[in-house]
Amino acid sequence: MNEILSVRNLNKHFTEPEDFHVLKNINFSIQKGEFVSVVGKSGCGKSTLLYLLSTLDTNYTGEIFIGGEKVSGMKHKALAAFRNEHIGFVFQFHFLLPEFSALENVMIPAQKAGKFPLSEIKDRAYEKLKLLDMHEHAHKLSSRLSGGQAQRVAIARALINEPSIIMGDEPTGNLDSANTQTVFQILKDLSSSGKQTIITVTHDSEFAANCDRIIEMKDGEIIGDEKMR
Amino acid sequence: MISRVNFKIAKTHLLAKKKQTLVAMLGVTFGIGMYILMISFMSGFNEYLSDAMLSATPDVHLYNDIKTDYSHSILSDVYDTSKYLSVVHHPKPKDIQPNIKNPLAIVNSLKSDERVLAVSPQLTTQIFYNSGPVQINGSLQGVNIIEDAKLTSLRTKIKTGKIESLLTTSNGILMGHGLSKKLNVKVGDAVNLATPKGNSMRFRVVGTFQFGVGSIDNIRSYVNLASVQQLMGKNSQFITDINIKLKNNAQSAAMAKELKNRYHYVSEDWKTANASAMVGITVRDVMTIVVSFTLLVVAGFGIYNIMNMTIQNKLKDIAILKAQGFSAQDVRQIFLLQSITIGVLGALFGMVLGYIMSYGVYSLPFPSNEMISITRFPVTFHWYHYVFGLVFGIITTFFAGFFPSIKAGKIDPVEILRG
Repeated sequence: MNEILSVRNLNKHFTEPEDFHVLKNINFSIQKGEFVSVVGKSGCGKSTLLYLLSTLDTNYTGEIFIGGEKVSGMKHKALAAFRNEHIGFVFQFHFLLPEFSALENVMIPAQKAGKFPLSEIKDRAYEKLKLLDMHEHAHKLSSRLSGGQAQRVAIARALINEPSIIMGDEPTGNLDSANTQTVFQILKDLSSSGKQTIITVTHDSEFAANCDRIIEMKDGEIIGDEKMR
Repeated sequence: MISRVNFKIAKTHLLAKKKQTLVAMLGVTFGIGMYILMISFMSGFNEYLSDAMLSATPDVHLYNDIKTDYSHSILSDVYDTSKYLSVVHHPKPKDIQPNIKNPLAIVNSLKSDERVLAVSPQLTTQIFYNSGPVQINGSLQGVNIIEDAKLTSLRTKIKTGKIESLLTTSNGILMGHGLSKKLNVKVGDAVNLATPKGNSMRFRVVGTFQFGVGSIDNIRSYVNLASVQQLMGKNSQFITDINIKLKNNAQSAAMAKELKNRYHYVSEDWKTANASAMVGITVRDVMTIVVSFTLLVVAGFGIYNIMNMTIQNKLKDIAILKAQGFSAQDVRQIFLLQSITIGVLGALFGMVLGYIMSYGVYSLPFPSNEMISITRFPVTFHWYHYVFGLVFGIITTFFAGFFPSIKAGKIDPVEILRG
């Protein structure tokens, strides 16, 4: 297995309202195809860590490598293109664009990448929806979908550019247990296919227990790193 | 380079809130429409006035101004004032002739000047018009009517009779329309003219003209140059004014200055002669611009508000777009595209609205008036007013959308996505 993500000496401070050392000298690496959960109490810095890894937050010291490429210090525009190509996001809330249909929401990141003609992007988006069993709702406005449906569309959207890493911030936080099970299974299948690495932040201990690896955090430090299998 | 997906998102946003888009667009539409109406109407009015002025005013007017300044006495040139104190009590003007010396030479030299289109030497005098009991004070211009008609648009302003009749009738007179009404005379009627010095002569009305400017139509008449010279008892070289028309009337001021230096007579260009009317034109231009600008700025603020509101409502969308790989530039483009679309469409509809309103005003009959000879409201239809309105509308909306877009581009997605 090869390394997809590694972190060296990561430190972050919040300066508002007063100086607070959120992340203290974080070091770890993640292999390709792993399904990793980051757990810990509220305020331990796990979400902050995820947003640093996602390249959305660039205000830190230390180094982050994704797919062998050093993303620390890259320009914002280059980072945007990098996220578009390599990282898929699933949040607690689905964040679908309400004026667009489910299919269009899935298509948008691919249209931004502009690698394929529109007709092919449409086919691919439809395929992803089918993978998540949402193809019947492809042409519904996303604001008309239920929570579980919307979250599945959001996962399809995260997959459209075949990213190497999918990052989840409490991806099942807003879902009932049935939907949580479905979403978990989808993520699990994706990681076991070996194409995607999944990093999620979660409160759900059952969700975490079923992952390949759990990284536990407390007060800005990693206090446990356990491989389940 | 604007990517197609940015276009698509901008379009979807606009179409998703049709009412809001329409309201923002109507702001621009009314702004541009009113601008076009005002500028068309004002420029129509200004053009009408300039035309009326120009038709009755020569480009350059050369005349001998009688000086009544007696503060300087020639006694000091004759006697040594350091030795004697010389005082003149009650200085009285001598009988100064208001004529231009050697007019023929001046006229010939002007005619050979290649900037000059036509020259008309004239003899102008104050006159009393007597017809029965009515006595009106006015002015009389002795001219070679064929030459003079080249300078002014007299030929098109004739109301009754013909210009040529002045040449074929002995002692004919071409009279201002307002004046003829006051005197109650028509073509063929006789009118008695008396100079301030007491000479009088009978003339026969051969036609009337109307320039549309009361200050001319109510006092001026044209007769043959020789007739006035005869009436005043002067010789055929007696000329008081030389009117000049240039090929390009923008050169008037320069030409007037040159003639003044060359001949030492008063030389006036048409802008100076109509200074008060020119001020009116400038004031109307400024007012038009100020009012139109205000309308557009108000429309601009409307767009600014709506764009700010849209962005406030779309914070989540902006955050997720950024997470998915849209750069700050892409986000700016998406929102700028929306305001520019509103601007372009609003301005295009504004041009149509402006045209319709201008045409409506143009179709209205102008209240009939003795002083002004028009039947409809004067309105111009110049393409450049429309183009300017379009460009100005687009620029305004660009700036109205620019600042909110910059703000949208700067939004930090982490804060919003973390909730």
